[in-house]
Amino acid sequence: MSRKGLINLRSLPSLVTLGLFLLMFGAGSLSFPGFFSLQNFLNLFIDNAYLLVLAVGMTLVIVAGGIDLSVGSMLALSTMLSSFLLERAGWKPGQVIPTVLAVGLALGAFMGYMIHAFSLPPFIVTLAGLYLARGLCYVVSIDAIGIKNEFWQGMANARIPAEAANSVSPSVIIALAVVAAGGFILRSTKFGRTIYAIGGNEQSAVLMGLPVARTKVGIYAISGFCSALSGIVFSFYTLAGYALNGRGMEMDAIATVVIGGTLLTGGVGGVVGTVFGVLVYGTIQVLIMFQGTLNSWWTRIAIGFLVFLFCLLQRVFEAGRGKSGKDGSAGPASC
Amino acid sequence: MAFLRNLSRKKIFWPLAALVLLMCFNLFFTPNFFRVEIKEGHLYGNVIDILKNSAPIMFLAIGLTLVIATKGVDISVGSVVAISAGVVAMLIGGDLKGVPKNPILLSMAAAVLVATLAGMWNGLLVSRVGMQPVIATLILLVAGRGIAMVTTNAMVVWLYAKPFALLGQGYLLGLPFSLYMVAFLLLATMLVTRRTALGLFIEAVGINPTAARFAGINARNIVFWVYAFSGFCAGISGLVVCSTVMSADGNNAGDGYEMNAILAVVLGGTSMSGGKFYLMGSMVGALIVQTLTTTIYAFNVPPEIAFLVKAVVVWVVSLLQSPDLRSGMAGFLGRRSEGGKEAAA
Repeated sequence: MSRKGLINLRSLPSLVTLGLFLLMFGAGSLSFPGFFSLQNFLNLFIDNAYLLVLAVGMTLVIVAGGIDLSVGSMLALSTMLSSFLLERAGWKPGQVIPTVLAVGLALGAFMGYMIHAFSLPPFIVTLAGLYLARGLCYVVSIDAIGIKNEFWQGMANARIPAEAANSVSPSVIIALAVVAAGGFILRSTKFGRTIYAIGGNEQSAVLMGLPVARTKVGIYAISGFCSALSGIVFSFYTLAGYALNGRGMEMDAIATVVIGGTLLTGGVGGVVGTVFGVLVYGTIQVLIMFQGTLNSWWTRIAIGFLVFLFCLLQRVFEAGRGKSGKDGSAGPASC
Repeated sequence: MAFLRNLSRKKIFWPLAALVLLMCFNLFFTPNFFRVEIKEGHLYGNVIDILKNSAPIMFLAIGLTLVIATKGVDISVGSVVAISAGVVAMLIGGDLKGVPKNPILLSMAAAVLVATLAGMWNGLLVSRVGMQPVIATLILLVAGRGIAMVTTNAMVVWLYAKPFALLGQGYLLGLPFSLYMVAFLLLATMLVTRRTALGLFIEAVGINPTAARFAGINARNIVFWVYAFSGFCAGISGLVVCSTVMSADGNNAGDGYEMNAILAVVLGGTSMSGGKFYLMGSMVGALIVQTLTTTIYAFNVPPEIAFLVKAVVVWVVSLLQSPDLRSGMAGFLGRRSEGGKEAAA
């Protein structure tokens, strides 16, 4: 297979996702008056900025062939910590933000260390991490804490004009910066290329002399960092810390990554596809909202179904690649 | 002494030791922990409560033990519990007088059937589509909550049909009725897996699916049915959960149960790396999990914090099971030089 052909084949899933987004947005525009507007499109970013940040971290983890189930409750922990430090402990935003980010980074790095150093399955370590972070939320406070801090209020209400009367929130800028950083790391750094190598075949990566240990701990640390940042962005959006925030959000993050064309087996994918994935996710939510009669739980079912479809697509796609040796043989693939 | 040494070699020893240790802690620190009274003809007390409350986890643990033995995992069980509870509550429904809309037994069968179908869906994704078990069951973990909420119209459905309360609140010969159901399911599962070759087949698939297939085992079907069975167990668990509170809450029923069940299985001595299973151990594991929960409650700690403790226990236990840690402890120096090699490269 020529190199060009391979690249085309690899970018196919994200093109499918882009097509799906255009189709859904188009269908919404035709069915509902007032659906088609630039602001409605920008709202997809405003409403899902936090998810985009989470999903970028998750993309890195999944490209390396791992999984991080703790992101949703890490987000909750970070909203909880921010609101507690701001409102109850009286810290300044300049102190709160670095602290929260450092906590996320440290917890992520710790999980990454356990996964790498003791060859534990990532899902069990991060599943325990999910409950640990959720439990820590309740240690911080049982009830929700509203945020009245001026900086946070300012971030919540500020709008940056994009074009004519349309605008985006500062969170969108943060999210896009994270996407750019994620893309840069994956494409142009040694660290990023090592992530692809690990996802392709970890053993080979070790034999090639790549710093597998450092990289594996690093990606979980980055994912923890992204979760914490996403929590801060989320609290800009909701202006409250609440321990039940982000329940099930790990699935949303994984869903957007998978829908964006990143292979769950690792080694293939990128953040651009993930952006499309988030757009598809957001459009489903808006469609269900515009439709009006379906309750919001249908979003969950629709997302589950889409993930299923894309996983199926991935299997077909992998079978098409053929030579990888994964002939779809019986039995569960290792995690 | 020889007796003790013999005992410590048995696989059940370590889980049992942990349980006894936890019980001893309670003996000293929780007042009246072991008091058992007879009220209205059946036994009352903390210990009985633990037995009763661990039943839903035990059902899940039976199914999950087999799944984990195939080197898989099913994290959708909590959501399937909610679906099953939702279906049975909607079918029985009934007014305040307690007249069921549909026959109770039929409704129960329908709920378990739906749960089994959910399990088959998982099995299909893992065995035929070839998805990783975590992802396949994660889909149902999240979509399943949605399905449960849609089934119950996003409301908490209350039940007033008295006979249905037997499952979760009833007593037989002084003991909670649900325990007899657990015992029945456990015995049946043990008979089928240990008196036939099925158990060996399951373990073979867990060790090496390809080799198992070449040995003539239909690995795909084994994996498929193991997940279906896990769904079936979750369905029964859902009935008991629903009956205990006589209501179905799609949002909270079975929430976090997957964690408890995995913890029970792992504590019981079944390794996450598959290839071996130990049903009796999982039962002891479930008791440990429930005793731990009860102990935490007894200290007036909010129930949610219990998860924090359990998370730490999962980490510690999986660390103890990790071969890397064992070999690491055996030869600390060996590990260091290996790490040095990697860093140097």
